[in-house]
Amino acid sequence: MLFETVFATIYQFGDAFAFLVIACAGLAVIFGMMGVINLAHGEFIMCGAYVTAASARAGLPLPLAILCGALVAGLVGMVVERLVVRHLYHRPLDSIIATWGLSLIATQGVLIVLGSTMAGIGTPLGAIEIGDRSYSLYRLVLMGTSIALLVGLYILFYRTRFGVIARATIQKPQMARALGVDTGRMYGLTFGLGAALAGLAGGLYAPTMTMVPTMGVTFMVESFVTVVVGGPDIFVGAAPAAAILAAIRAALTAWYGQLFGQIGLLIAVIVVIRILPGGLSGWIKGRTR
Amino acid sequence: MNVTDTGARAAEAPRRSFLRRSIAHLEGPQTMGSGGAFWVVIGLAVLAAALYPAFADAWTVGNAAYFMVWTFMAMGLSLIWGYAGALSFGQTAFFGLAGYAYGVLTINIGSAYGFTIIALLLSVGLAGIFALVIGYFMFYGRISGVFVGIVTLSVTLVFETFMAQTAGPQWRIGSARLNGFNGMSGMPPLTIPWPGGELVLYPGPSLYYVLLALVVICYLGLRILLNSGFGNVLVAIRENPHRAEMLGYDIRLYQMLAFGLGGALAGLSGALYTAWGQYITPSSMGLTSAALPIIWVAVGGRRDITATLFGTLLVLTVFQTLTIYGSQYALVAMGALLLVTVLVAPQGLVVLAMKGIGKLVGRGRS
Repeated sequence: MLFETVFATIYQFGDAFAFLVIACAGLAVIFGMMGVINLAHGEFIMCGAYVTAASARAGLPLPLAILCGALVAGLVGMVVERLVVRHLYHRPLDSIIATWGLSLIATQGVLIVLGSTMAGIGTPLGAIEIGDRSYSLYRLVLMGTSIALLVGLYILFYRTRFGVIARATIQKPQMARALGVDTGRMYGLTFGLGAALAGLAGGLYAPTMTMVPTMGVTFMVESFVTVVVGGPDIFVGAAPAAAILAAIRAALTAWYGQLFGQIGLLIAVIVVIRILPGGLSGWIKGRTR
Repeated sequence: MNVTDTGARAAEAPRRSFLRRSIAHLEGPQTMGSGGAFWVVIGLAVLAAALYPAFADAWTVGNAAYFMVWTFMAMGLSLIWGYAGALSFGQTAFFGLAGYAYGVLTINIGSAYGFTIIALLLSVGLAGIFALVIGYFMFYGRISGVFVGIVTLSVTLVFETFMAQTAGPQWRIGSARLNGFNGMSGMPPLTIPWPGGELVLYPGPSLYYVLLALVVICYLGLRILLNSGFGNVLVAIRENPHRAEMLGYDIRLYQMLAFGLGGALAGLSGALYTAWGQYITPSSMGLTSAALPIIWVAVGGRRDITATLFGTLLVLTVFQTLTIYGSQYALVAMGALLLVTVLVAPQGLVVLAMKGIGKLVGRGRS
């Protein structure tokens, strides 16, 4: 009995944690590396989900379909960076608004072209029974994926050549350019990576959701809140922020239901910015310094 | 920067006529447009607006009143974003809060003895206080830039989610059912107690004139505020927060007050909207609704209250014309308009036009 309760709690927590990490990864990479808040984040997620669903229905195995979704979202992201975001790096507020304009166009465009819903795909892998409750196995896979994602991003940005050059470009663009780095290309790649991560989020959650053009909004609040609580340095802040917020959300959801989980997140973020203006990463850095 | 200017003006003041002196309060470096010609044009515009109901049918007039309902939220956003430099995405949260508050109050208490006016004031006050609270946490927490946008947007999205799930009969305040996704309806319109029978302001000429008067009052009031010390400090904060702080201003307080005022103005729009159409739905706080004020203000010109006012009316007119061909296409067009404005004319299209006219007139004089 005790084991069952503990497992149920961990499952709730893990589910919320996975959702927050996967939802915010793309937003966090673009914001952390480029200082741009991408309000079309939800639409990249929607793009990934649609492509995943379409290719899975066309007969592709689900993991490949998800990769397809991420890839297409990433390519779209690179095009968007080239055409729009590139011109607005020195005006961060305007880049938010421009991506919002894109988001409106994308949501309504998809609504016009593909209609108000699209046939989804069922949740794979079935369920496991523990005690008298059943748990979706796919959600357990998502929890593993979220941790793999964090590790993968850490390795990518701290252990590879791409990561070193990307971080150099962000910290001192002039210096990097002087050393022969094509900074424009790096910005493009980073934005593309962020968009691809958003697409991945869409692909991963596509089997669990209804496919509607506004599905991206579901991810918006959660990913924003995680990025804000995490603070400017996303690599330090995002994972602990997701863990804390997941605990809050899981507890509130278990006691009061889904909606209060979301309201709890919002109150948490407002309190956190009042106490820790630099977010968790600012606080952690301040302690270790 | 204009100390000498105001000093000279003060010394000169007794010699000027009363009209000139009162106009002097309305002019300054923070608002475009000054001098007799400008005020004649504004006066003519108001006159034309006042004569408009004589030439149009009641439906069109009610529709024009609907446009004016939104201008308060736009002017509030211009104050917060254009002048104080804090981009708020969540003005619709205050809009919705006041709209629902008006509905709950009037459904419970009714419209006798001019209570709708009191309900309007109460809902605007509630929205303003809520904005002050959010503003306190944001600005005293010293977050700025994009984070203000994220927090405000999250607030409005959570509000929408909350109101959308209040469908069951247990969600009621007094006798007012919140009604979930379908929204509240059936609240009384604004009613003014009048000798010889109450004046019920249904969408039509009477509501139109009340709104026109409110727009003019708000516009002139904001011009006075923006050209006062308060407005100058706001602009100083926008241009360089650190410098403003070093000069001894508590920038947190100024930003919080501006945010509160902007929230109250959004609330005024919300309560008036509910009174206008006698309904309010959660989608008025959703992502799309939250984007619209940004579009009006950005396209008009966020850094000028006049440009914002006319830009809002202009964009609303264009939007409604396009909606005839399908509201989905209209939203795509709005998104494209926003994108083009940001990329090509970040100052705003109306500001560009006003500057162009100003140059032409100047050239003609010389």
